[in-house]
Amino acid sequence: MIQIPEVDLSGILPAIILSAAGVVTMVAGLFIKNRAATIGGIISAAAVLLAFAANAPLRAINKVGFVSMVTLDGYTWFFNLLILFALGMTILTSLRYLSDEGMDLYEYFVLLMFAGTGMMFMVSGNHLLTIFIGLETLSISVYVLTGVLSKSSKSSEAALKYLILGAFSSGLFLYGAALLYGASGSLGLPGLAKYFQSGSFSLMGVVGMGLLLVGFAFKVAAVPFHMWTPDVYEGAPSPITGFMSVGVKAAAFAAFVRVFFESLNALQVNWTNILWILAVLTMVLGNLAALIQDNIKRMLAYSSIAHAGYILIGMIAGSPDGVSGILYYLLAYTFTNLGAFGIVTLVGRKGEANVYLDDYRGLSRTHPALAVAMAIFLFSLAGIPPTAGFVGKFTIFSAAIKAGYIWLVIIGVLTSAASVFYYFRVVMKMYMESPDREPERLRFSPSMSLALVISVVIVLYIGIFPTTYLNLASESVRTLF
Amino acid sequence: MVDVQHYLVVSAALFCLGVIGVMFRRNLIVILMSLELMLNAVNLSFVAISRYLGSIEGQIFVLFVMVVAAAEVAVGLAIAVAIFRQKGTINVNEINIMKW
Repeated sequence: MIQIPEVDLSGILPAIILSAAGVVTMVAGLFIKNRAATIGGIISAAAVLLAFAANAPLRAINKVGFVSMVTLDGYTWFFNLLILFALGMTILTSLRYLSDEGMDLYEYFVLLMFAGTGMMFMVSGNHLLTIFIGLETLSISVYVLTGVLSKSSKSSEAALKYLILGAFSSGLFLYGAALLYGASGSLGLPGLAKYFQSGSFSLMGVVGMGLLLVGFAFKVAAVPFHMWTPDVYEGAPSPITGFMSVGVKAAAFAAFVRVFFESLNALQVNWTNILWILAVLTMVLGNLAALIQDNIKRMLAYSSIAHAGYILIGMIAGSPDGVSGILYYLLAYTFTNLGAFGIVTLVGRKGEANVYLDDYRGLSRTHPALAVAMAIFLFSLAGIPPTAGFVGKFTIFSAAIKAGYIWLVIIGVLTSAASVFYYFRVVMKMYMESPDREPERLRFSPSMSLALVISVVIVLYIGIFPTTYLNLASESVRTLF
Repeated sequence: MVDVQHYLVVSAALFCLGVIGVMFRRNLIVILMSLELMLNAVNLSFVAISRYLGSIEGQIFVLFVMVVAAAEVAVGLAIAVAIFRQKGTINVNEINIMKW
């Protein structure tokens, strides 16, 4: 007689809703002749709203489900929320983008939904298998989305580079998992934790941890594992670049933090030292390389590398304050960067012809509201009050100072001061310079304007009244410690 | 007597060959093959360790890895075809519009 374990689908309901929406869109798309993409977008948006509702109960519970393959707790809840925000905003900005490019691709939304499903499994994974499958579901969908502009050779090249380096890093991640399995005899995070806490662990386990760390560092784009980021961000369609820079990064950091704090906590001294070096390299190189870019997508790519460095500081601090700082930072960064890439999409116009910094000259005269919004996003990225980016940097840096990493914070503050230079260069171009030729009018759409308004309001709101959200973040990380 | 160490050494050697292949070969198809080699080296470790420990977990993992590898290579070949149509080459040194 086979024992059938109790199955409770409610915990992973948000992920189920997203994947169901993906399947429905895929089938419906076959039968719809005109405007299939719009209908796909509407189905996806509805699924995102439903998933928001299905996600709400997770906040209060703390348990493992599916034979302890997934953890359902406040941490999962928080990251699911971030993923849903990122998905929702990407859908809003993509609708106009697709119709501008003349692409009636419902597959676009199918892949977006599957990527969201993968992310949710990745952040809730309590077993290296769940995390790996989530990671691959996410990555394979995003490889295709990167290369979706079939006529653009940049897009195909970006997809190729992303695929090769992504698969390479998955290989390293897997080998790390195999070595950890060999050393500890378990692939579940609690089993690994027990093994390392016993104090007598083999070299094999430590090497496994190192490979796992390299795999994650690739996914969050930490220097020196960042080589793919600028090219992929430049070549991918602008809304997808925005999605990658927040969604993929948030999911990768969520799994990174969960694995390293929950199961490899006993080795904290070892990995903190490695992360210290990675964080410094990431902040310095990311910010310096961003200074010399003239393509705004490439500039934002280097800036997103630099932001990974600041988030790593929160991990190095190692305290509940540091990790809740990461959560708040990612929340702030999600809205800021999605908003910024929304404007990049809008200003880019058809065929992404206007993605250079010079194309932003005189934007304040032609579109004053848009210029103000862009300025707010750039201030938030640079970490200037009263925006959300400032509070995020402040919480992470203060947690690191409390943990005694003074030099790390000094480097962080100096590099973030350097970053002001390249963010303000865009602001200068918008307000101080005038274009040499009259640019084509921008074509707004209701969904795009809605996405931008939401981003601006939230970036300012959680920057001015951060307390509720900081408490929310520290509540969410409680289960990790 | 062939015990688990021998399998692990072979697997490590295969993995390194895969890594070297990805880094130094210039033909896209060979790079994809090297990626597969890396994943298969991992599978070998998993199966050997699983047998050694007497736990089934590792073998289940291998099944998932094989599925993922197949999906990945399908996408990889599709991208290779797209690039070949645009450029007429699959030498990765010539696929370089974006730099720095």
